Amino acid sequence: MSAVVENELNEHHHHGPAQGISRWFFTTNHKDIGSMYLWFSFTMFLVGGCMALTIRAELFQPGLQIINPEFFNQMTTMHGLIMVFGAVMPAFVGLANWLIPMMIGAPDMALPRMNNWSFWILPFAFTMLLSTLFMEGGGPNFGWTFYAPLSTTYAPPSVTFFIFGVHMMGISSIMGAINVIATILNMRAPGMTMMKMPLFVWTWLITAFLLIAVMPVLAGVVTMMLMDIHFGTSFFNAAGGGDPVLFQHVFWFFGHPEVYIMILPAFGVVSQIIPTFSRKKLFGYSSMVWATSSIAILSFTVWAHHMFTVGIPLFGELFFMYATMLIAVPTGVKVFNWVATMFRGSISFETPMLFSIAFVILFSIGGFSGLMLAIAPADFQYHDTYFVVAHFHYVLVPGAIFGIFAAVYYWLPKWCGRMYSETLGKTHFWLSFVGMNLAFFPMHFLGLAGMPRRIPDYALQFADFNMISSVGAFLFGTTQLLFLYIVVSTIRSGAKASAAVWEGAEGLEWTLPSPAPYHSFTEPPVVK
Amino acid sequence: MRSVWIRWAVPFFLLAFSSITQAEYGLNMTPGVTDISQSVYDLHMIVFWICVVIGIVVFGVMFWSMFKYRKSQGAKPAQFHESTLVEIIWTIIPFIILVAMAVPATSTLIEIYDVEESDIDIKITGYQWKWQYDYINDDVSFFSNLSTPQDQINNQETKGDNYLLEVDEPLVIPINKKIRFLVTSNDVIHSWWVPAFAVKKDAIPGFINEAWTKVNTPGIYRGQCAELCGKDHGFMPIVVKAVEEPEYKAWLLAKQEKAKADTLLASQQSAQQWSLEDLIAKGETVYNTSCAMCHQANGEGIPPAFPALKGSAIAMGAIENHINIVLNGKPGTAMQAFGQQLNDVDLAAVITYERNAWGNNKGDMVSPQDVAKAKGN
Repeated sequence: MSAVVENELNEHHHHGPAQGISRWFFTTNHKDIGSMYLWFSFTMFLVGGCMALTIRAELFQPGLQIINPEFFNQMTTMHGLIMVFGAVMPAFVGLANWLIPMMIGAPDMALPRMNNWSFWILPFAFTMLLSTLFMEGGGPNFGWTFYAPLSTTYAPPSVTFFIFGVHMMGISSIMGAINVIATILNMRAPGMTMMKMPLFVWTWLITAFLLIAVMPVLAGVVTMMLMDIHFGTSFFNAAGGGDPVLFQHVFWFFGHPEVYIMILPAFGVVSQIIPTFSRKKLFGYSSMVWATSSIAILSFTVWAHHMFTVGIPLFGELFFMYATMLIAVPTGVKVFNWVATMFRGSISFETPMLFSIAFVILFSIGGFSGLMLAIAPADFQYHDTYFVVAHFHYVLVPGAIFGIFAAVYYWLPKWCGRMYSETLGKTHFWLSFVGMNLAFFPMHFLGLAGMPRRIPDYALQFADFNMISSVGAFLFGTTQLLFLYIVVSTIRSGAKASAAVWEGAEGLEWTLPSPAPYHSFTEPPVVK
Repeated sequence: MRSVWIRWAVPFFLLAFSSITQAEYGLNMTPGVTDISQSVYDLHMIVFWICVVIGIVVFGVMFWSMFKYRKSQGAKPAQFHESTLVEIIWTIIPFIILVAMAVPATSTLIEIYDVEESDIDIKITGYQWKWQYDYINDDVSFFSNLSTPQDQINNQETKGDNYLLEVDEPLVIPINKKIRFLVTSNDVIHSWWVPAFAVKKDAIPGFINEAWTKVNTPGIYRGQCAELCGKDHGFMPIVVKAVEEPEYKAWLLAKQEKAKADTLLASQQSAQQWSLEDLIAKGETVYNTSCAMCHQANGEGIPPAFPALKGSAIAMGAIENHINIVLNGKPGTAMQAFGQQLNDVDLAAVITYERNAWGNNKGDMVSPQDVAKAKGN
């Protein structure tokens, strides 16, 4: 198979990449664009990480020592925005670009020019967002959830640039999502029915629909803010007949599906990797598809669980509590299926597998704290404390981010034709694992003991755990430089990888040579 | 070899043990001092233990598989990859567990929402960055400010035991009475939270939220604002003193008396003639409690959100404009209408201080009478 493709490639060598820097500006190639998305997201990961470390340095001890409260609030806000919109989401779009055409047997994405545009919007959007830090009055300081009226009437002048930045990110995400849907629905190889698609493709298809559904809602809410700030409307101002709580309803109608946007593709990644290293087919493929779909649908009915303390009526509290608890069912099914896949397999522990196993365990811990948070009366104690911070970092760091790491280790040999160093990969895993748990586990205790989130200074009884957490954060943060080194040294001088790369891997991408040719499948493969 | 081990191990265990004993409150949610907080704690623990059991089972199977079915030990993979029956079982069992959790959660929630038939109603208003308590049926109203000295926050002084959790005037409530809180805000969204009562309610500008508590044990209970509300979100604690009913009555009476006396004193003071020096001296105290949080003790502020007063157009300009902004505030900013918060003497003093401090050598002075006149307009 690979020999055939290589012959194809030689006949079409004029289809290779353009030379020089213009290759990257004008490229419409899914691999080039995927790489740019991944590098961009890693850059943002480091930028957002530096902000996190600034926060953790200030919180190392009680008292104000390094930064003042205004800058602290800018750091918490920007850290959240950069990590959500700049690191996690673009990384998954990058993976989608690289992998979806190869997995479904297509030559490229369906809408290549739009693909170029949706990437190139991002550097401008984030340059603008970051530039607000240097503006008079400082950058956004109202939290990444930007609740009105703190983000409207009381916001610094730079909020307008923030709004414009969010609009641009939204346009980029919507175009990316349209492209994914068009590619998956139209460009599958003959014989690749929907229920034969790899799970990564399935989870991305569902994610793309979520994106198209909710990014316009985000655009709507920031536009309402813009109107309140500049055009004298009162959407979120009670004095003018509006309601600050309306902001939260609209925001979380976007925000809750958004958290699934950040985790579903990682579910897909793990569902590819665990079967490979268990040398056994994924258990319950169709139930995985149904579980993912139900999570996506349910995600539209649970938004007010972020708002249990705003004073919604009893009936509303009960509805959102029950709906939220219900999400535990399909999520549980996914975890059980992964465990059943490993059960009676033949397991080996290469770096992608280590990250995937940690994903299942630590994401489940985040799921457990999520279930606790769903219990409305108990949420009155957890809400807006470090318990919530612990919860969402447990689903986002070992969830989304470990998912991305696992994917990079798993497919990097296919992308660049070279193998990473297993020793260094495992070192990266263990340092990340220890650092991440040290940073985020104590936050559960802090929250339960009563430490509110987003405070620059704290009472003395919180000192010990904050110190531990800061040490863990610095360990986790600096470890990511090792990841950068691993990826760069693999690309430059790793050992040659075979086409199949992994012993137990299944899927069309492994039938291509390593590195994968510039145009993935010029002739559609036939799937039996 | 052995002695080395002991030399390291003993301090380690001592450390571990001591931190366990003193951190009893620091690891888990407080059961609190109300029936509601106790049932919330029980719910929390039930769900926690259910999660622990599920975790042990699921991770147990996982670790066992990782151990037993290692390729390095020559494990051969099985071929099975689906079973509808198994999928149905592990859909239904979690569902049943969830229903079991939802039942007690629902009944606790219904209790929490029963705000009827209260004995005392207290209106709580959040401000950037302090709380106002209004005993609406007893004519008592006061602000509650952080009382931790700035030097402790800036690490220039040893931190006290209740660092950041202490206020100048706590909320006082009687035990065994149903207290209803009417929570609102003057500016942005805040959230009033006392963990020992399991009460957390958002203070939303323009709307009033209700919550209630009935405290079983006398004591001092501390909490904090839970919703990000700007620069000093971390510096607006809540302190509630729960006392026996007679003590509460006595406190209330004393408070009412003091309010009357203060009004009287204030009117006497406003009538009397003040010297520039006296006003400046008094003004400095007022400034440090009410203004320094934003405009800073050195008058330099944190521009542009919190403008400098040192050399500012307001403090160096026409007196009327200065009085006006202090009395009426500036809507849409943290600058509140202090005309409703301070008496005429304090207002006159603080304005005079601002015009004569930090090199603002205007030399002019605002008398309580000037303030009264401006209020009248």
